[in-house]
Order: sequence, then C-alpha cells, then structure tokens
Amino acid sequence: MSDIDSVSRAQATPDLELPFTELGLKDDEYARIREILGRRPTSCELALYSVMWSEHCSYKSSKRHLKAFGEKVPPQAKDILLVGMGENAGVVDVGQGFAVTFKAESHNHPSYVEPYQGAATGVGGIVRDILTMGARPIGVMDSLRFGPADAADTLRVLPGVVAGVGGYGNCLGLPNIGGEVVFDPTYLGNPLVNALCVGVMRTDGIKLATAPGPGNQVILFGARTGGDGIGGASVLASATFEAEGERKRPAVQVGDPFAEKVLIECCLEIFAEDLVAGIQDLGAAGLSCATSELASAGTGGMRVVLDTVPLRDATLAPEEILMSESQERMCAVVEPGKVQRFMEICTKWDVTATVIGEVTDTERLRIYWRNELVVDVPPRTVAREGPVYDRPIARPADLDALNADDPRALARPSSADELRATLLKMAASPNLADKSWITDQYDRYVLGNTALAMPDDAGMLRLDDSTNLGIALALDGNGRYARLDPYAGAQLALAEAYRNVAAAGATPMAITDCLNFGSPEDPEVMWQFTEAIRGIADACYVLGIPVTGGNVSFYNQTGSTPINPTPVIGVLGVIDDVRRRRAIGFSSDADEIYLLGVTSDEFGGSEWAHVEHAHLGGRPPAVDLEAERALATVLVEGARSGVVGAAHDLSDGGLAQALVESCLRGGRGARIDLPAGLDPFVALFSESSARAVVAVAPDAAAAFEALAASHGVAFGKLGVVGGARLEFAGLFSVGLDEARAASSGTLPSIFG
Amino acid sequence: MTARIGVVTFPGSLDDREASRAVSAAGAEAVSLWHKDPSLHDVDAVVLPGGFSYGDYLRCGAISRFSPVMDAVISGARAGLPVLGICNGFQILCEAHLLPGALIRNAHLHFRCKDQALTIESSATAWTAGYPTGARVVIPVKNGEGRYVADERTLDELEAEGRVVARYIEGNPNGSQRDIAGIANDAGNVVGLMPHPEYAIDPLTGPSSDGLTFFTSVLMALVAA
Repeated sequence: MSDIDSVSRAQATPDLELPFTELGLKDDEYARIREILGRRPTSCELALYSVMWSEHCSYKSSKRHLKAFGEKVPPQAKDILLVGMGENAGVVDVGQGFAVTFKAESHNHPSYVEPYQGAATGVGGIVRDILTMGARPIGVMDSLRFGPADAADTLRVLPGVVAGVGGYGNCLGLPNIGGEVVFDPTYLGNPLVNALCVGVMRTDGIKLATAPGPGNQVILFGARTGGDGIGGASVLASATFEAEGERKRPAVQVGDPFAEKVLIECCLEIFAEDLVAGIQDLGAAGLSCATSELASAGTGGMRVVLDTVPLRDATLAPEEILMSESQERMCAVVEPGKVQRFMEICTKWDVTATVIGEVTDTERLRIYWRNELVVDVPPRTVAREGPVYDRPIARPADLDALNADDPRALARPSSADELRATLLKMAASPNLADKSWITDQYDRYVLGNTALAMPDDAGMLRLDDSTNLGIALALDGNGRYARLDPYAGAQLALAEAYRNVAAAGATPMAITDCLNFGSPEDPEVMWQFTEAIRGIADACYVLGIPVTGGNVSFYNQTGSTPINPTPVIGVLGVIDDVRRRRAIGFSSDADEIYLLGVTSDEFGGSEWAHVEHAHLGGRPPAVDLEAERALATVLVEGARSGVVGAAHDLSDGGLAQALVESCLRGGRGARIDLPAGLDPFVALFSESSARAVVAVAPDAAAAFEALAASHGVAFGKLGVVGGARLEFAGLFSVGLDEARAASSGTLPSIFG
Repeated sequence: MTARIGVVTFPGSLDDREASRAVSAAGAEAVSLWHKDPSLHDVDAVVLPGGFSYGDYLRCGAISRFSPVMDAVISGARAGLPVLGICNGFQILCEAHLLPGALIRNAHLHFRCKDQALTIESSATAWTAGYPTGARVVIPVKNGEGRYVADERTLDELEAEGRVVARYIEGNPNGSQRDIAGIANDAGNVVGLMPHPEYAIDPLTGPSSDGLTFFTSVLMALVAA
C-alpha cells in the first residue's frame, strides 16, 4: 500500500487521528465533515475543508448578519446593479454601455507580520478579484490604520506597508487615487490595511466564477505554485493574533507584481476573444477555493489531476499544493474548442498555462494525485454549505459609562490666542497633517485618466476620452465614532464617503464595505458588528445606494482587547463629464465662501478631543441622512451648473481643518467671519455631519443661494477668498506659510 | 502624409497607451510595436515608454535591452531615427549604450510621484526643438530609480556639448547628479528623459499641457527632414 492518504486508505483506516485542531477546525466541525463524507476525511480533504471553513473564507460568524444587506435592498438597486453581493465583486451600470466593479478587502494580519509583502499582496488580491469579473482594473485606493505615529512599532510597520502598497500598485500601472491614513492607539498591535480596486468593462463583458458544461477544460494559469502562504487563510486570518509574528512569517505570501501585470494583460486579451466560460482567481485558500467554488457554481462536478499543477518547489505535498496561497494565479473554465487559442495568448505573454482537469456532471469534486483518488467530496459542502454560527451577542458593559463621559466637561480654548494655537496644533496632528510623505510614494497619474486624486475629497477617473464620462470614489471610516455607537459610527463613515463623492461633483451610486472588528467569539464584538451592519443597511436604504459587496475581517485584537470597531466604507459615484469635477482648493480670489449645513456642539469621538485630551467618550455626531442627501444634491447640481467653484466636505477637525486644507491646496488665503451666536470654538472644531464648505464666484452667489434654499439646505456666508493669510475677523489669523509648515512637517519629521 | 511614431510594449510596460495618446494628440499616427517583433514597421520615430519592464528585475532595463525589437531600435538610432526613452525607456537606452551613464535608486530610497519643475536646457534635439531654450515646464516625475549618475568626465562632456536636455529646478526629486533630468546623444536624435511628458498633455489629467511639445517637436523635425 502506498503512503498516499487516498480515499481508499481513509476507508481502510477509519480511526486514524488527523490533526484537525492544528488546522483550525473545532471538534463539531470535524464531526460534521465525517458525517458529510460517511468516513474520515483524507489529509487532502481535511486541508480543503479546513481552509474553506475558516472564518476568512466561510464567513461563518458573519453570514447570518450579512443577510441584512439582502433583506433591505433599496429599490434603486434593480436599475443599477448588474451583479450583486456574493460574486467576487459587485458590478454597477454607470451608463453609456459601461459597467464598473469595485471592492475593498482587508490584509491586516499579514501586513503586521510582514508589512511590505502583506500590503503588496493585499493590493494584488483585490486587483485579481476585479480582473476576475472581466474588468480592466483602472485604479486602487488604500485605507490604512496604525498605532500612534511616533510609536516604535508604527515606525516598523508603516514604511513597509506604504512601500508595499506603492511597490505593487505602481508596478501594475494602477493609479492610487486616494484613501485615508489614521493613527490611534487602538491599532498599535493590529494595524488595518484595507485596499480597494475599481475596474471597468462593457456591460456585456461580465465574467462569473462558474464551471458550466461537462467536458469543459479547467486551466490553471499564471505563476507556478510554491510553498508560500500555506495555511494563510486558516492560520493567519482566523485566529486571534498574538505575539507570534516570527513563527508565522512563512504563512505570508510573497508578491510578484510583474507577474500580475502580465497576467492582467493576458486575461484581458482572453476576455476580449470571449474564450472563458467561467473564471476564478486564486487568493485565500488557493486551489482549494478556486476548484470548489467554480464547481459549486457550475454543473456541480470537477475532476482535477493535481500532478499537472506546475510547481516552483517539486517537493510540495498534495495537501500543500491545495492550500498554497502563491500569488498571481488564475483558474479558467474553457470549452475544448477554445483551449488552443487560449494557450496561444498565454504563450504570447509568456504566461504558464496548464490544463489541470475538466468539468463533470458527477456532483463530486474529485482530485487525483499519483493515480490515487485523494479528494472525493460534494463541492458545495466545501464552498457553500460550511458551518454557520449564531454567535452570542451582548452590548458592551462599558458603553453606558463611555457614552456618559461627556466631552463637554473637557477644558476648551476660549481666547483668540488659544483658538489660534489649537488650530495649528490640530493641523499638525498626525491624523490631520499633510499625507504627501505617504501619497507621493504612489503613482497617481498612470493610465492618464486621473481627474482628481488625494488630497482632494474623492479620487476621480475618466472612463471615456470621447464623452468624458467618469467615476469618483471615496473610502472612509471612523473607529472612534463606531466605538461610541457602532450603528451611528458605520452610518457616519458611509455619510462621509457619500459626501466626499458629492463634493467632487459626482452622484453617489453604490457602496462596498470592509468591516474590521475584533473576535466574533467575544459577544460584545458581535454586538458591535451587528449594529454596524444594521446601520449600513438602513443608511443605504434611505440614501438609495445599494451594497455591492465587501469583506469581513474578524480577530483584529491584541490579547483580549479588540480594536475599536472599524467599518470602512467605499462609495462609488458617477459624473457625466469629468471636466465639471470640483477640487477642494480655493482657486479664485474674491470667490465667496459659504458653509452648508448646521453646526452643533458635537465633540464625542472628535479629533479635537483626541488630540487635545486623548479623550474618547460621549456620543458621536448626530446622523441626518436626509440632510446628507439634500447636501449632496446641492453639491452635485452646483458642480454641474458651475455655480460652485470649489467644494470641501467637513469631517475630522471640523471647519477649521477644512479651511486650512482649502487654503493650502489653492495657495490662497481667506477672510472669515464666523457665524454670530455660535461659540467660536464650536464653530471651528465641532464635527457635526452633513456639512461642506464651498467657494462661489461673486456673480454666481445669488444662483447658489437659490439652489441651496430650494433643497432646504441651511447656508451661511462665511467670507471671501484672497490674500496670504487665513484670517478670522476679530479673533486671529494664520499665515499660509505657517499653516503649511505645521501641516507638512509632521510626517517627514517622524518617518524621515 | 502623417508621421508614424512607434511605441514599443515590453512585458511590464505601463505608459505605452499614454505615450500613444500623446503621439495622437500631437497629430501623428501612433503605431504599436511588440518587443518580440524585430521589425519597426517603417515608423518614422520610436518611443520607449515608462513602466517596470520585466519587473525591473536584475537592473532596470537590463533585460528589455535584449528584446528582439531593440536590435532594430539600436541600428535605427545610429542611422538617425528619432528615439525618445521616457523613464524606464531612458533606463533601457542607457543599458543599450545609446546614452551614457545610468539611473540608480533614488537618493531617499522611496518611489516619488510629484509635479516637477524643469528647465529645457537644449532645443537642439529632435524632441525639444519646439521649446525655447531655458523654458520652465511642469511635468510629472514618478520613479523609484531615477537618479542619473555618470563619471565626472562624462558629465562634463554632456554639459560642454549641450547634451543635457532638461534639468530639475525648485528641488531635485531623486538626487540626480547636476540635477540632470534628461540627456541626448551626439546627434540629438536620441533623448532619454526621466520625467513623463506624456502625462502633461491635458490639464484635466495632468499638472499642465507642457509636455505635448516633446511630441510636436519630433513632428517638426520629421517634416523638415
């Protein structure tokens, strides 16, 4: 008898103990596998189930709750969603025959263990998800969260993460058009690296992960399979992360962006000739995932000969080949008559491509190794019918005390000198400071269609040279707000991204989410998670923008302390003509500056409380989605008609920070009269939502006021653009040079 | 007759389509050339675009320099064919010994993307004839290995012979010796440039339209020839 753990050997040795616990499976999960198979699994089958039933791949703790998105779909969804949740990425109809697909995904734990490769392969993975839909990837964004900027571990992690995001995206030739960078002690032992990719295709070019038609060939193409990333999904992504970084390093994948760039061009040529019946990228859980998912979604059966898989390391065992997360690989299902042309295109691009099996109608995924049957399973039990948990839920015991810790009790600046010092201190604080040290490491120009990029409110890309049709994207989150109230915090993140897209002049259409939370086994974390989902689903319904897909990242914690719950939301908008985009910079002297929206005394979770008092307590700003919608309408119509010259949303740091940014970006000062009857401190630093600052040409002021009034949006004239100082009449002024020095000095002084 | 300008695609080229777009915007016909095809298909000039050909493995441009298409580019360049190498294309021209010196890792060790001010130091090349000498232009620079280096004698020669085509001003983005952003060969038909003029042809998608003159200049040179 051979030493291969085949199906027949499993039948002959029913009592052999397998190391299922080490692979992350629980006792009851293992019992269920035995029940499904009617015998013990082979070691290959165990590998397959363990990676596919991991939290990362199976969504076993979140599945129940994510249904809320499907149960509360805004009516607008049917008009714009070509592909909804559940596929590799959702697809939105943006008009003129174009479809756009976008998605954000986390790569948090790998980026902590090995910052450069973790972040690089995070970008690589999300780009392949977009490519898999049949789209040409056209841009990326990144949402990064670290511990305090000056903490030793941030100095270790941040430069590598930034270089990894840049190194991979730049080499792929994808412009990085925006995102966010946030520093907070909550992320010190668990940074967040969320990457978003957007792609475009013709509406009739959508591809799906499915394996239809018995006899169709299964082709593995791209990089060879190596020993990197084995068990990454189950070991890294689905267990609480402790101080075991060194030991887990082999489980982080290594990226080769050149291989991915060639793979992208090769795939797009294959798509253009309509040569695939179904396609799936190899990401988490590698070949296990690709074969079981393709088979589940298709005719139902597949036969794979594992010996045919091209290897980088000839000593790999079959279990390792199944679990390897080697990057830059794709799996396609191709009709026999099209295989030759498929292979010709791969040869043109020097891409290795191998037929590894075929689609069958057996309803079984059967995998052979050295002529022995080593896997014989119903594929749906691997990919679709994994365990689903109804985890216990409990409102955090400390939440009432946290909410009662009102920031109104904190000492506030009152004199003109104190307000001036606060403005400069805020502008220089790591979360608000100029991020050029980071964003200059990203190519924002490549592909030649970038109409807006950071530090503007949203990234904007032209889709069509002849019509100037374009899209805008913003990616936002706020863990402090969500800690104080996850329902409102998730809505505030969504509202900020929505507002950013509208400020750029685009109409918000759809969202993707990246939900970063602690351990689902902690009932208080599960409560935060369910509240955040409820918040997102409710807000999407009111705003009429559907969720297209997303990603859940659990186990973000240090020891037993979870991170602040951090839902990050990406909003996609559409603009008929990118020439009508609006930037944040004050670009014309004598333009009149208006504040849109209502300001209240709201400092719970604010940047001011964080910077000045390291305080987190009270309630986050009130959410008013109808006000957000009305504001967005004014911003979009104002951009379209031309009455709005520049626009900037108000968020972290409030009005003061928005004015500093608009002045510095435009290289022009402003003279501001703060609203009468409001405490200047509140006017300057409150973070009330649904607000924006706009600059309006003097001859458009009447039309602008009529526009705002017609949508019921409160507006007030704040001042005038001009000069070389940001001046608050009767209070204080700051020279632009001084403000620029404060803002731009911070990151270089820390990171070199 | 419209001039035909070839744009070579190597595996890992990123800016080939944008170079073609700039060629078209200048009024010429852009012709795609493939690295494995040894023929230049009778084009009147060639652009080697930016990117990370062969992943920048070994050394930037070191592998592409041996592509089949490069034999024709090298013999054409020696016979007077106008050739512009941008970024990775500049690196390939140095590796192919059509231009002296080398481009190494930026002094600060980071990739850097920024809107860069330059002066056009020489109008005596096929690609810069349309600029007044000393013109200030703003063009994106985006590279990780863009620091131009050569031995002192070569640098002196380049300067003495007016072969420094463009220099960084208002800040050197990568530590290039003598702020050199671009150079030409003796005859002025071969130019290597680290910044990207093809991303400065329209203020909608770039910092300016200052870069378009590189592409209109070569058209003038071709018409005059």
